[in-house]
Amino acid sequence: MSSWFQVFSKTSAYLLGLVWVLPLLYAFWAAFHPPEYATQFSLTAPLTMENFASAWEQAPFFRYMLNTIVITTLILVSQLFLCTLAGYALAREKFAGRGFAFALVLTQLMVMPEVLIVENYRTLAGLELVDTYLGVGLPYLASAFGIFLLRQTFKTVPQELEDAARVEGLSGLGIIWKVFVPLAFPTYLAFSLVSVSYHWNNFLWPLVVTNTEASRPLTVGMAIFGAPESGVDWSVISAGTLIAIGPLLILFLIFQKRFIQSFMHAGIK
Amino acid sequence: MKKLTKCLSTVGIASILGLSSAASAATDLTMYYPVAVGGSLTKVVDGMVDKFEAENPDINVNAIYAGNYNDARVKALAALQSGSPAQLSVMFSIDIHALRNLEAIVAFDDLVSNDSEKKWLNSFYPALMENGKADGKTWGIPFQRSTIVMYYNKDMFRAAGLDPEKPPTTWEEFASMGKKLVKKDSNGAVQQWGAMIPSTGYPYWMFGALTKQNSEVLMNQEGTETYFDKPGVVAALEYWQDLGNKHGIMPKGMIEWGTLRQNFLDQKTAIMWHSTGNLTTVKNKASFDFGVAKLPGNKELGSPTGGGNFYIFKKSSAEEKKAAFKFVKFMTSSEQSAHWSKSTGYMGVGPGAYETETLKAYVKTFPPAAVARDQLTHATAELSTHEAGRVRKYLDDAIQAALTGQLSAKEALTDAQKQAKSILRRY
Amino acid sequence: MFSRFNLKAWLLLLPALSFLIAFTHWPTLKTIWRSFTWAKSDVAPSQFVGVENYQILVDDPIFWKVIENNFWYALGTVPTSIALAIIMALWVNSKIHCTSLLRLAFFTPTILPMITVANIWLFFYSPNIGLFNQLLGLVGIEGPNWLGDPDIALSSLMVMTVWKEAGFFMIFYLAALQTLSPDLFDAAKLEGASTWRIFRKITFPLLMPTTLFVLINAILNAFKLVDHLFILTKGGPNNESNLLLYYIYETAFSFLDSYYAATLTVVMLATLALIALVQIFVLDRRIHYR
Repeated sequence: MSSWFQVFSKTSAYLLGLVWVLPLLYAFWAAFHPPEYATQFSLTAPLTMENFASAWEQAPFFRYMLNTIVITTLILVSQLFLCTLAGYALAREKFAGRGFAFALVLTQLMVMPEVLIVENYRTLAGLELVDTYLGVGLPYLASAFGIFLLRQTFKTVPQELEDAARVEGLSGLGIIWKVFVPLAFPTYLAFSLVSVSYHWNNFLWPLVVTNTEASRPLTVGMAIFGAPESGVDWSVISAGTLIAIGPLLILFLIFQKRFIQSFMHAGIK
Repeated sequence: MKKLTKCLSTVGIASILGLSSAASAATDLTMYYPVAVGGSLTKVVDGMVDKFEAENPDINVNAIYAGNYNDARVKALAALQSGSPAQLSVMFSIDIHALRNLEAIVAFDDLVSNDSEKKWLNSFYPALMENGKADGKTWGIPFQRSTIVMYYNKDMFRAAGLDPEKPPTTWEEFASMGKKLVKKDSNGAVQQWGAMIPSTGYPYWMFGALTKQNSEVLMNQEGTETYFDKPGVVAALEYWQDLGNKHGIMPKGMIEWGTLRQNFLDQKTAIMWHSTGNLTTVKNKASFDFGVAKLPGNKELGSPTGGGNFYIFKKSSAEEKKAAFKFVKFMTSSEQSAHWSKSTGYMGVGPGAYETETLKAYVKTFPPAAVARDQLTHATAELSTHEAGRVRKYLDDAIQAALTGQLSAKEALTDAQKQAKSILRRY
Repeated sequence: MFSRFNLKAWLLLLPALSFLIAFTHWPTLKTIWRSFTWAKSDVAPSQFVGVENYQILVDDPIFWKVIENNFWYALGTVPTSIALAIIMALWVNSKIHCTSLLRLAFFTPTILPMITVANIWLFFYSPNIGLFNQLLGLVGIEGPNWLGDPDIALSSLMVMTVWKEAGFFMIFYLAALQTLSPDLFDAAKLEGASTWRIFRKITFPLLMPTTLFVLINAILNAFKLVDHLFILTKGGPNNESNLLLYYIYETAFSFLDSYYAATLTVVMLATLALIALVQIFVLDRRIHYR
């Protein structure tokens, strides 16, 4: 269309992009400047690393990070394993009750574990799993979304490939492992990314089910660290935020092409 | 499946190992602790715990910092229910009824065994004990306690032609001085406010000050009745509304609890009402000359006490209870209380604390440190009832509805009273 | 033969299904049961009380407020997020400069935990000292009390939600756009069709399956995304920004009333079931389930 439309469109694109990274830019500003400049902007503001030091002193970020990594990994590994088996069964096996089983699975797409925090909390308390990694992970170990995605992908695998593998003497699980899993690699990657970013950021359930540093992930740790009740100190909170999101942010910046492309190529559409 | 089981059990074992590293001969205590004001509080507590452990090598105290008061209570109760260890906790002084209803805590009277301990039990300011007593027994020992005080910017007082050593002492003075402290730019936009009273976070607490100043209380000692709709209470809320609407010394609508301190430090307001727990942070960060004073009064002076008490849980062995008792006694001793007060701004819990060298010297160089204590003579109990969470919410909602102009003070408080009454009828 | 197949399939399904049943279906049933019981405290035994909890619910003004808020929250965030996501995807997919940088910018909120950035948004929204009002002050406007004004608080939360979601949804649109054949557009351009016309007649219809997928996700988010409430408003002022899931959390974990929390949860479950039914019967089921 007319060129002013192009210009307008471009400008708004960049403006919106700027707005979208504004919180991150501010976090950098506040974290690297003395507290007096947390709410005031001046080109002459001196730089400092002190906020990082005091943030690091005030919360055990290292432990939180470790907890988050362990929880995220535990969930991911279990999800990949369980969803592969279930996805294969639903995609390639014919059996009475398949529709019913699939419907059972799909329920979780709607009834997310977040809705059931109260009852699931009671279950975990009964199992004495409150404040453990396993407790944080349990409601998420099987993912309807993962089963659904893998079922869709496995369905597209030609029957001939499966038959050929069978002729070569591969067993049931062998076929899944040698034929289906490699073919579905992009799906696995995409699902892993969704899963990791979801559980890295998950807050409500971990808040409910963790009590101590033994299992508390970064999100909950940050919520306690930055709770407005204690009087907001944006410099230290920003420094803490950067420490907390740093690893994921760096990974993301390095692999962002891969990251975004695997989302796109996985057929989540 | 095998892989998974293996993985799960590895994680399980790892977490068990992580939890039980302490030696077995000593008594292990787990204490849940809320961090509600001032982020560096945990360091002070840790330091005091270390000192206690050095003096008592046979007792280990593991402090768990569990977020705000509400989180700490939920987490401590959860730990009790799920069988994880928890022998004591600092929780809201006003949780006493809920904790007793759950049969979670023991009375300190039952742990006292000799005269010196009895003396210790009577060594606290009576005003701080009000929220800790029920049925003639003491269930909570004051520790992280505060009142609301008035922080004011002396530089601004001078600039406005006011005497920086004479902060307002009555509601009228508060409004009239406030007006002189408001500064507007050429467009009429306010650059500097006269005063701010926070209305998020703990609005019911701030309101407790205004009602006490109007010679009213919000509930009975048993926590079974509330008096939200009494005329004096309504008038107190109307005064709060007027500060924004009529006198224009305060922004209309909500004032955020968490960011208020920053507003004061950024010199956007000349006066703020806030917890004494902020004192040390304000002292360290203020770039101007500031003062601290008792809240202004109307019919009388007044502020509610606030903050956290020590509780000892029922579900622990006799030996653990004894160790926990020893620890509480240590933490609330005059020496430690004085150290705690100096480091944080929270008040010393008994007269003894203010007679120590530490606090005597501190108060001499920094008189604001004694304001909270001086105000204790005018203090009242913080709102504490059965169903405390809900009743507080009803009052909070009413205050916010009135301050944002959704309802009149009378309508809002009548509603809240009705709701509170209906929820309390079971008790 | 058939029964052997049957056993294998069920064995494959068993681990996943048992977790799903233990943490989705079983707690759902227990929640429904609990909503018909009550006990004075957690240490007292519970008793069957029929629909009493539901009577309390009907008389609870806060309940109706959160339902209303959740409705507006969904209505405010879902279409906006989707529209923005489409526009972003079109931009990033077009040939303007620095598309990868733009893509990165739009996608950043996805990897930032809501709960940590909420504190930074608290600064943006803060009256007197906050960024938004400082900027407005530069042009002589006295900004509102973003989180404290009952008429604005919920909208302020919505803005942050849209910020969080749009970039995530953009990726799905981007994926869909890249599968569309460029020939289609070239042909349309040759015929002199306007940009808007091409979008309306070709692009948007072809993106329909993606839109449905995103739509469902956005609606679900409108019910489960409450992290920022913990930092920004706690549902205030006077419940003007309170949402159903946050109220459930408050009821269960602040008021320690798991029975009423269960009753509220049943309402949530019913709403989700309703959405599921609409999805299955009104929207084209082939698109989602193939």
